[in-house]
Amino acid sequence: MTEGMTETAPMLALRGICKSFGAVRANWEVDLTLHRGDILGLLGENGAGKTTLMNVLFGTYSADAGQIEIDGEAVTINDSAAAIAHGIGMVHQHFHLVAHHGVLENLMVGQKGRYGMLDRAHAIERLAWIGEEYELRLAPETPAGALTIGEQQRLEIIKALYRGARILILDEPTAVLTPQEADGLFKAMRALADKGMGVIFISHKLFEVREITNRIMIMRHGVVTTTLDNTPDLTDRQLGELMCGHELTPPEKPAVAVGRVLLGLSNISAGGTPDRPVLKDISLEVRAGEILGLAGVSGNGQSELAEVISGVLPPHEGAIEIDGERLHRPSVREITARGVGRVPEDRMGTGLVTTLPLSDNMVLPRIDRPPFSRHGIIDHRAIREFVTKQVERYGIQTAAIDVRTGTLSGGNLQKALLARELAWDPLVLLVAQPTRGIDVGATEFVHRQFLDLRARGRGLLVISEDLEELFTLADRIAVIYEGRIMGIIPAAEATTRNVGLLMAGYREAA
Amino acid sequence: MRLRLEQREKTSPWLNITLPLAAIAATLVLCGGLIALAGANAIDAYGVLFASALESKFALVETIVKATPMVLTGLAVAIAFRAKFWNIGAEGQFLLGAMAAVYVGTQESLPGWSLVPLMIVAGILAGGLWAVLAAVLKTRFKVDDVVTTLLLNFVVFYAMMALLDGPWKDPLSGYPDSPDILPAAEFPILLHATRLHLGVLLAALAALFLWWLMRFTTLGFAIRAVGENPRAARYAGLNITRVIILTAMISGGLAGLAGVGEAAGLHYQVMAGISTGYGYTGIVIAMLARLNPLGVVPSAIFFAIVITGADAMSRSTGVPVFLSDVIQGTALMTMMIALLFTSYRVRLSLSAHG
Repeated sequence: MTEGMTETAPMLALRGICKSFGAVRANWEVDLTLHRGDILGLLGENGAGKTTLMNVLFGTYSADAGQIEIDGEAVTINDSAAAIAHGIGMVHQHFHLVAHHGVLENLMVGQKGRYGMLDRAHAIERLAWIGEEYELRLAPETPAGALTIGEQQRLEIIKALYRGARILILDEPTAVLTPQEADGLFKAMRALADKGMGVIFISHKLFEVREITNRIMIMRHGVVTTTLDNTPDLTDRQLGELMCGHELTPPEKPAVAVGRVLLGLSNISAGGTPDRPVLKDISLEVRAGEILGLAGVSGNGQSELAEVISGVLPPHEGAIEIDGERLHRPSVREITARGVGRVPEDRMGTGLVTTLPLSDNMVLPRIDRPPFSRHGIIDHRAIREFVTKQVERYGIQTAAIDVRTGTLSGGNLQKALLARELAWDPLVLLVAQPTRGIDVGATEFVHRQFLDLRARGRGLLVISEDLEELFTLADRIAVIYEGRIMGIIPAAEATTRNVGLLMAGYREAA
Repeated sequence: MRLRLEQREKTSPWLNITLPLAAIAATLVLCGGLIALAGANAIDAYGVLFASALESKFALVETIVKATPMVLTGLAVAIAFRAKFWNIGAEGQFLLGAMAAVYVGTQESLPGWSLVPLMIVAGILAGGLWAVLAAVLKTRFKVDDVVTTLLLNFVVFYAMMALLDGPWKDPLSGYPDSPDILPAAEFPILLHATRLHLGVLLAALAALFLWWLMRFTTLGFAIRAVGENPRAARYAGLNITRVIILTAMISGGLAGLAGVGEAAGLHYQVMAGISTGYGYTGIVIAMLARLNPLGVVPSAIFFAIVITGADAMSRSTGVPVFLSDVIQGTALMTMMIALLFTSYRVRLSLSAHG
C-alpha cells in the first residue's frame, strides 16, 4: 500500500545492524524498513537471526553496530522501557501475564498513575476504546488465567497498544494458536494496519506469511537474503527455497551396510496428559550404520521425544526397544546401561551443571559405577585420568580440568558433552540440536564424529531444526509436526521442498 | 568508568579463608560503631569480649563446649543447603533429638551400658525423620521447604512445652522440666574438672565425617549436582527424590545429635531453655563457613566466643549484651555480600558508552 505514494520517512528503519555473540554472527548489516500500514513478514530458519534482530529493536540486546530510526530520527534503545516510549510493542511467544489478575489489572501492571494512585476509570475507557478501534475485545474483569491461549495473546496485544505502541512485533504468534484463533489474530492485524500501525510478523509458516503480509523479508545465517513484495503469484515453494537457500544435495557419505534395529519406538504417546499427549503414536527405527534425522519446526514434540528416549519422560503408551530388547518405561540408568548415549538440546540447562568443575560434569552420568566409584566411594584419580584423556582426545580447550564448566565456550561445552558419551562407545547416540550456536570449526568436528560412529555400525538419531545439517548427515529424514511423524523420506529423495512442506504440516505434498 | 562483575574460572582455595575473615572484620568494624553509640570504646569492648572467652584453659574449654551444638547445627544446615534443601528447621530437629535422648535416658528397664549409644541413635533418628517429613512434602507435593521446616519448629517447641507442663513434668521440680536422665545415661567427661563431654568429640567426628562424605562419596557428589542443577542431575540419571530425602535424614540427624549432646552432656534433662536458638544460629554459621564442613568448626567457635564473651563485655563496659545478636546478624549480611566474590571478581572498566 506504500507503492506510488510520496512517502515521508518510514515509521521504522534499521540500518546496518550487526550483533555477534562470541564468534557467531547473529546479525550482519541488517537493514529493515517499515512504513505505516505495513505488515512485514520476517521469515527464516531457527538461528537465522530473526529473534536477535527483534531483541535489538526492543532494547534487550544492544547492537554492535548500526542505527535505529523512528520517523526518520535516530534513536537509542537501551532497554524495553525506551522501546515502549518510542512506540514499539512486542508480543513474545511466552506471555507475561499475572494469572490471578483480571484483564484490567494486567494492563495496569507497571503503570504509574497520578499521585501513585491507579486510574481505573481511565484504564476501562482505554480498554473499551482499543476494543472499538481495533476489534480487540476482552471483558475487563476476567482473570488472565481463565482466558484461552488466543485471548491471552489478544491481551498481550492490547497491553502493547495500551502502552502506546505504534509498531507491533509479533514473535511467532501463531505457534500457540489453533487455526481458528489464528484467523482471529489475522483479522486484528489487518485492523491495526488499516489504522496506520506497523506490524512485524515473525513466522516459519509459509502459507501464513503469504496470507497476511504485504512485504516479506527473508533472513539466513544472520543476513537479509531477500526483501520482496507479497504478490498473489508467490508460492510456498518459492518462499521455502528462499528461506533454506539453494536446493541442497547431500554430500557423498561412505556407503555403510545398514544392519539390525538398534533403537525402536513403537506407538509412543507421551507428554501433556494421557488424553491429550504431546507425542501421538510415534513409531521410529534407528538401524546400525545409519543416521536418522528428525526435522521439524521447534516445539512440535522434539524435546519430548528426546526425553522419552533418554528415560526422563516415561511414555503413557507404547514401547521402547533397544538392540532387540523391549523395555517397559526404562529409567535413565537403564537406558545408559544399555548403551544409549545422549546429548541434550539445552547444554547449559539439562546437560551440564555449569557451576561445578568440568571434571565433575564429564563423569556425571556414570559417577555411580566403576572406574569412577566403587561401593559409593569416589576414585578421584580415575576421574582425573579419564577427564584428562578425553580433554586431550577431543581437543576441548580449557585452562584446566577443574575450571567452572560455565566458563567454557559453547563449542567446547558441546565437545565435552559428546566426549562424555563417545568415551563409552555408545550403541545408539541421541543428539538434539548438535550444532546450535557453535562455530563452523566445532560444527565440522561434531559432524565428523557422527559420520565416524555411523561408519562403525552404530545408530544415530539426530534431532535438528537446521535442515542443511540434516541433509549433510542423515540417511533418512523423519519429519515431526504437532507430535506426529508426518513422513520419513530417504535422503536421496529429500528436497527442501518436500521436507519443508511436511514441516509445515502438508502430508499430501510429500 | 564503571564497575563490572566478571566470572571467575576457578574459586581459589584461599578465598575459603580470606572471605570469611574479611566478612568478620567488616562485621566487627560495623558493630564497633554501635559500641561507640553505646558509649564505650570499641577496642576495649572487643578486647574484653575475646579475652574472656580465650584467656584461660577453663574459658577455652567452656567456649568449645558452647560451640559444640552450633558445630552440629551448622553442619546440618551446610549439607542441607548444598542440596538446596532449605532446612530452617534445625531448631525443631535439635529439640526432638534432645527429647528422644532424654526419653531413652530415663528408661530404667534398659541395661545401663546401652543407654548412651541408644540415646545417640534415638536422637539422630528423631531429628532426621522430622526433617524427612519436610523433604517428603517438598519432593512429593512440592510444598515449600522453607515454610514447612520453619513452621515444624513451632510444632515441636509447643508440643515440648505442653509435655513439660503436663505428663512429662518432673514432679520434684517447680519449673517445666523433664525428669533427669539416669546417671548411666550421662555423657562421660573427657577432661577432668571441666564440662568437656563426649558430645564435643562427636561434633568433631561429625565434621570430619561430613567433609569425607561431601568429598569422597557418590552421595556427596550427587548432593552437589542436585543442588546446583536438578534438571541436569535428573537427566544424568540421579534420583533427585532419594538424594533430597537422604540429605534431609543426615541434616536432621546432625541437628538431633546436637540436641542429644546438650541433654546428655550438660543439662541431663529437657527444659524450656535447652536451645538458645542453636538451629537458627546454625544457618549463620553454615553461611559463614561457605557450607564447607571443616569451615563450620572455626565458624561455630567464633560465634561461641561472641555469645559467651558478650556477657563479660557487657559487665565490664556496659554495652548491652544484645550486641551479640547484632554481630551474628551482621556477620550473615557481610558474608552474603562476600559470597559474591567467590564466583565473580570486580573489574573497573573505562567504557566509551554506558
